[in-house]
Amino acid sequence: MKPIRSPEDLERLRKEILAKREPSKPCITVCVSTGCVAQGSIKLVEAFKAELEKQGLTDRVEVKETGCVGFCEQGPRVTIYPQEIYYFKVKPEDVPEIVSKTVLKNEIVERLLYKDPITGKTAQILEEIPFYKYQLRLLLENNAKINPKNIEDYIAIGGYSALAKALFKMTPEQIIEEVKKSNLRGRGGGGFPTGIKWETTRNAPGEPKYVIVNCDQGDPGAFMDRTVMEGNPHSVLEGLIIGAYAIGAHRGFVYVREEYPIAAENISIAIEQAEEYGLLGGNILGSGFSFNVEVYRGAGAFVSGESSALMTAIEGKVGEPRPKYIHTAVKGLWDKPSCLNNTKTWATIPLIILKGAEWFRNIGTKGSSGTMIFSLVGKVNNTGLVEVPMGITLRDLIFKIGGGIRGGKKFKAVQTGGPSGGFIPEQYLDTPVDFDELTKLGSMMGSGGMIVMDEDACMVDMARYFIDFLLDESCGKCVPCREGLRAMSKILNDICEGKGKDGDIEKIEDLAEVMKEASLCALGRTAVNPVLTSLKYFRNEWEEHIKEKKCQAKACKALINYYIDPEKCQACMLCLRECPAGAVIGGKDQVHWIDQKKCVKCGTCYELCRFGAVVKLTGEPIPPPPMGVKPIRKKK
Amino acid sequence: MVIVTLNIDGKEVKAKEGMTILEAAKQAGIEIPTLCYDEKLEPYGACRICSVEIEKRGKTQIVASCCYPVEDGLKVKTTSDKIIKIRKIILELLLPLSPTGPILSLAQKYGVEKSRFPSQRTDCILCGLCTRYCAEVKGEKAVTFIGRGADKKIALVPEKAGVCATCRECYNLCPSGKIIDETAV
Ligand code: SF4
Ligand code: SF4
Ligand code: SF4
Ligand code: FES
Ligand code: FES
Repeated sequence: MKPIRSPEDLERLRKEILAKREPSKPCITVCVSTGCVAQGSIKLVEAFKAELEKQGLTDRVEVKETGCVGFCEQGPRVTIYPQEIYYFKVKPEDVPEIVSKTVLKNEIVERLLYKDPITGKTAQILEEIPFYKYQLRLLLENNAKINPKNIEDYIAIGGYSALAKALFKMTPEQIIEEVKKSNLRGRGGGGFPTGIKWETTRNAPGEPKYVIVNCDQGDPGAFMDRTVMEGNPHSVLEGLIIGAYAIGAHRGFVYVREEYPIAAENISIAIEQAEEYGLLGGNILGSGFSFNVEVYRGAGAFVSGESSALMTAIEGKVGEPRPKYIHTAVKGLWDKPSCLNNTKTWATIPLIILKGAEWFRNIGTKGSSGTMIFSLVGKVNNTGLVEVPMGITLRDLIFKIGGGIRGGKKFKAVQTGGPSGGFIPEQYLDTPVDFDELTKLGSMMGSGGMIVMDEDACMVDMARYFIDFLLDESCGKCVPCREGLRAMSKILNDICEGKGKDGDIEKIEDLAEVMKEASLCALGRTAVNPVLTSLKYFRNEWEEHIKEKKCQAKACKALINYYIDPEKCQACMLCLRECPAGAVIGGKDQVHWIDQKKCVKCGTCYELCRFGAVVKLTGEPIPPPPMGVKPIRKKK
Repeated sequence: MVIVTLNIDGKEVKAKEGMTILEAAKQAGIEIPTLCYDEKLEPYGACRICSVEIEKRGKTQIVASCCYPVEDGLKVKTTSDKIIKIRKIILELLLPLSPTGPILSLAQKYGVEKSRFPSQRTDCILCGLCTRYCAEVKGEKAVTFIGRGADKKIALVPEKAGVCATCRECYNLCPSGKIIDETAV
């Protein structure tokens, strides 16, 4: 019955697919998304297949390659259905046991379950794991269940019924109205209301119109778009087709960053299969509506996330932002009305069409509805991708889902929104995650990066780190961003190297003002967030660096000295032997001390000393060697 | 042809729809400094020295006047304190690159005696006038940008040296003297 030519045929096909599948048939799903692949999950798939073959079970047990559930640091992830038991950190050696015990006898392999490092409790299903308990997984939910390379998996769970509803039961205007009512805001960072953007493109004069998927997340450690694209490409595609119909576009592009080969492969396969099934191409589902999609693979650059830069790249020019003040929704690709949305935004559309704007608006806050996927990284116990309802507090995200700060250290700040987001200090931890609330604090939602920093982070050094990153990412076209970042980077590096001067803070503030107000694109305008929030909430650290040459977090190498506390030194000679610079002076039974002139501050002694005798000093004079110049004999 | 009325520095100005603020201001005798603009070329929006403050539905915003299209009822300030400050800092950022010629005289005009930022003379402010002139007017692309971000530079395409020898039309456009230096060798 391919291609499908009516909504009824789609329903019939769905029933057929489900009828072919026995819900009680054991199924082993293995994550083959980027994170788990890097940890060897392809070998795992082979091992499962070989083991089933060996035990003569190939017909009775299914092995399925699926997408990412977000807990990649615990990968490779394997789930056994129908019980839905999650195993983590699975190795090929574990395979025979999983098959003979769990698959055949319904017994649990305890050691492969997730074990809470704090309570010691194990969990079988995801919801029992604290990391998942507080999540609301609308977009990522199906990633462990479906094979992204098989359209029938997606159809089986109700896929493309939103498209059928949109094409046959709704007019384009009604769809736009529904999206507007849902309050959905762009998941790529700007938070612009999606429905209004669609309407602008629809009403803009000029034909043809284009729709574009942005899958170009360039933030280090942020891979939400990739995960959605890899694990459930049809959800993105379905949203895109609905949008194209609502906007009146017949051609669409999926911009996938070069570094995401699996995402590009999966969306390309999805497009092919959707065409074959009559869900894409001419006369979709027999509705008369036609729409084609091409995948564009772009050399990743942070600035490409900027919509006009991305469009110039698709046009085949250097990916630089355009100077025009006319919105790309009106004049975009080849100067035609073009609607660009983030991967997650498109993937949300089918849910809104199926379940309604009302349902969606009831999730989250008044100003920000629905869920948001964050990439929670840094000094928290649990890191990974988390999907939460908007409005959850930063505290819950970090302490309940993230499991608190690693190593019992103290929380210092969280950066939201990726490299150009601001640092939010302790006193604002109860802020709800919401586009407007984060902006008020000088940060932003951005694309959902979230980096947690503990007491060991120096906030001046952090600002320096992100300014240096952004300087590398600037396209270099406009003066405030290119030269402003260059000047800021120099000042910040100087301050961290102990060469800070009076007037540096004023210079930084002047530069920030110009960059924020006068840069051509959002990269330059938001690049100042880390610096400005660091200055706003941690100004004392800046002053200490500049005036007292002191780094209270003891992170800026130039501002610290290693020193051996003579009271604590046990003369074990470990540091003396390991110091690469030969800077430790001492001997058997002698208190050791460090020759500051020779010390290269590598920290080896600090890491090695078992007695905590090596300490870091900052902003204070180094006490003279014990008892004058000569090291003394240690008292027994 | 649609004519819109806007207000620039308190003055009623009529302009054709599709014009930029810069063009409308020029017509009305109001001068706005520019470094990467040339009337023969597509607006580029890189130097940002032409920034002005606009007011629209009660909200103020800084925009590059060489790119921003006129709108009916738009209120524009070309010399507010904020704008002067922005221009001064931009000049402070450009002076280390090109401490002579047009940049220096503009800096002097704005009372920028010297820059607080370290010197790194390149004699090119990457305004793109030469590259755009060559591509848009001559259709040659004998001079182009290479690299990106902070490493961006202009470069002459050796195969096209012959074209440059007889053309040299971009020399007068360059606000920093770089292009003359480059072709002299
Ligand atoms: S703000 Fe930065 S990235 Fe954007 S156009 Fe200017 S130089 Fe390029
Ligand atoms: S910090 Fe490194 S170089 Fe300095 S004393 Fe310790 S081990 Fe030696
Ligand atoms: S050489 Fe001159 S005209 Fe060409 S980009 Fe540099 S400053 Fe502009
Ligand atoms: S890549 Fe496998 S769980 Fe994320
Ligand atoms: S003249 Fe307008 S940005 Fe350069």
